[in-house]
Amino acid sequence: MTVMEQRGAYRPSPPPAWQPRTDPAPLLPDAEPHRVLGTEAAAKADPELLRRLYAQAVLGRRYNTQATALTKQGRLAVYPSSTGQEACEIAAALALQEQDWLFPSYRDTLAVVARGVDPVETLTLLRGDWHTGYDPYEHRVAPLSTPLATQLPHAVGLAHAARLKGDDVVALAMVGDGGTSEGDFHEALNFAAVWHAPVVFLVQNNGFAISVPLAKQTAAPSLAHKAVGYGMPGRLVDGNDAAAVHEVLTDAVRHAREGGGPTLVEAVTYRIDAHTNADDATRYRGAAEVEAWRDHDPVQLLERELTGRGLIGEDEIAAVREEAETMAARLRERMNQDPVLDPMDLFAHVYAEPTSQLREQQALLRAELEAEAEEGTAR
Amino acid sequence: MSTVALKPATMAQALTRALRDAMAADPAVHVMGEDVGTLGGVFRVTDGLAKEFGEDRCTDTPLAEAGILGTAVGMAMYGLRPVVEMQFDAFAYPAFEQLVSHVAKMRNRTRGKMPLPLTIRIPYGGGIGGVEHHSDSSEAYYMATPGLHVVTPATVADAYGLLRAAIASDDPVVFLEPKRLYWSKDSWNPDEPQTVEPIGRAVVRRTGRSATLITYGPSVPVCLEAAEAARAEGWDLEVVDLRSLVPFDDETVCASVRRTGRAVVVHESGGFGGPGGEIAARVTERCFHYLEAPVLRVAGFDVPYPPPMLERHHLPGVDRILDAVARLQWEAESR
Repeated sequence: MTVMEQRGAYRPSPPPAWQPRTDPAPLLPDAEPHRVLGTEAAAKADPELLRRLYAQAVLGRRYNTQATALTKQGRLAVYPSSTGQEACEIAAALALQEQDWLFPSYRDTLAVVARGVDPVETLTLLRGDWHTGYDPYEHRVAPLSTPLATQLPHAVGLAHAARLKGDDVVALAMVGDGGTSEGDFHEALNFAAVWHAPVVFLVQNNGFAISVPLAKQTAAPSLAHKAVGYGMPGRLVDGNDAAAVHEVLTDAVRHAREGGGPTLVEAVTYRIDAHTNADDATRYRGAAEVEAWRDHDPVQLLERELTGRGLIGEDEIAAVREEAETMAARLRERMNQDPVLDPMDLFAHVYAEPTSQLREQQALLRAELEAEAEEGTAR
Repeated sequence: MSTVALKPATMAQALTRALRDAMAADPAVHVMGEDVGTLGGVFRVTDGLAKEFGEDRCTDTPLAEAGILGTAVGMAMYGLRPVVEMQFDAFAYPAFEQLVSHVAKMRNRTRGKMPLPLTIRIPYGGGIGGVEHHSDSSEAYYMATPGLHVVTPATVADAYGLLRAAIASDDPVVFLEPKRLYWSKDSWNPDEPQTVEPIGRAVVRRTGRSATLITYGPSVPVCLEAAEAARAEGWDLEVVDLRSLVPFDDETVCASVRRTGRAVVVHESGGFGGPGGEIAARVTERCFHYLEAPVLRVAGFDVPYPPPMLERHHLPGVDRILDAVARLQWEAESR
């Protein structure tokens, strides 16, 4: 018997008073991801909501292709595309009320835009002219977080602080399947459950952490099952089914708002594009797999549902696509303008007041810039 | 002039008082960490706060330092002013990513829109007979991270004044508490209006004309003792207590070195890559023509912090400081 097997066989007998702190049964996720589109449940869905989700998904897809194109044209330093994951991105934004907070990861620029943040300000990080281009307080969107899962404890702390102040605020935090292996994921979920904080964790399980497939990431039955260990409900949803993601997230947000505490939602989806434009996905997955997922495309699922049930006409589809083209053209036009940079900004927000050391360095850079300008004039 | 007789108080008591006064003055101030509630902290610095202000204001958290600091970031985003306790120097390392990637950068990455008024209290340093992982001097890591202020008191009055200033600061402050000075006593009257020290100002603890000892935190009393002992050798040593490592007070330090012409930097932290290298370089760059000798460093050895029974050989003591002073290229007339 190996050491691991011995450990598995070892079960301490509980002392007489022992009992589980929480009944785990209601916390368990369903065996199958929740689906709405293409099922009987879709008949009960609000047609207006479906049309809204569709319009947003079409816009989202177009935003993704436009941002990818801008990267190829050198207008963005890098773009982590959410093509194939638009259902999760838009549902996350739409499930929140105005006073709520969104905590996105670097792949979630679409959710940020769907929340109302200016797309150019959203893409500032990826263009490279500053780190965060938007004011987080304007639309209550935290900065895009690149260090994986580190934004999750922020969401917990913010939601906890709001609850301490008696404010009606829910925080929705987004993370990928790879991020669930990080210690901050564990700590955030644990703090959220212990504090009963009004937080919703949305894990977009898109199958890969850059190149590493989920099987090498976790041995859990599902990522949603991890919730049970923390004492919060885990929900499993088809991440390409916008209606289903919207329903599950809206329920989880309502549950949090009503004082029910946090929920972990695993949305099963697929990253159609490579990790970023700098990645070559053919090194770790086959074309057949990608094609199979294209048949389960989030935009198509919505369109099929709406057209199949006569909830949308050709004219409306054309109008939605036209709106997306207008958005893309506007984005292209704005992103094709060179950002105006002031190198002296380097020193502007390190501290509330620059230290004397920073003032010296500021003077050094200013002198360099003046010399450069003089040289430029002399030529 | 005070008419109240000054009573001896410990640094730990002054810190408790600073927390209590800050919490009473501003409902946004929240204390959080491991064992800070019911127990009052392993060093009792948060003693009585949970009772007085309730557990929502002084909170026992789960045992996870990244989670503690990460949630404190979120609380600060929402307008609170968290004061986080890391139980020991080496136990703060799990929070390092939150500190470096978020706490230090949030103001900068949001162009000033999202400052984080956070205080991170960390008991640090050796000399208390602590077993492995309880005696690190971790200040160099924090000093090397732009966006953080790093302060450390050496006296009871400064413990109060600097902690109040740290909590009042709109920037994140790493507040390093020299744990072997927790029980040091000073005449300090908590009933008097206290001074809140501005962050970033060093202070001359002892004036002298022969050489300057530049030091901070737990090494300040050691340097003062060394300065007393040096009188027998005919050296009149000045002792500068930095109090704030970031921002660094070049002005006070250089004014002293220009007066004395000689300097030794003293700290517990290892010498290689330690604060002393930066300080010696700054002094040399600014005071070269005033210097009679190279700036020397007396630091902990570049070894993992030793077991308690060997730590006295590691920590800079009076003799090692005086030996360094003796190497400052004296000529008979310059003493």
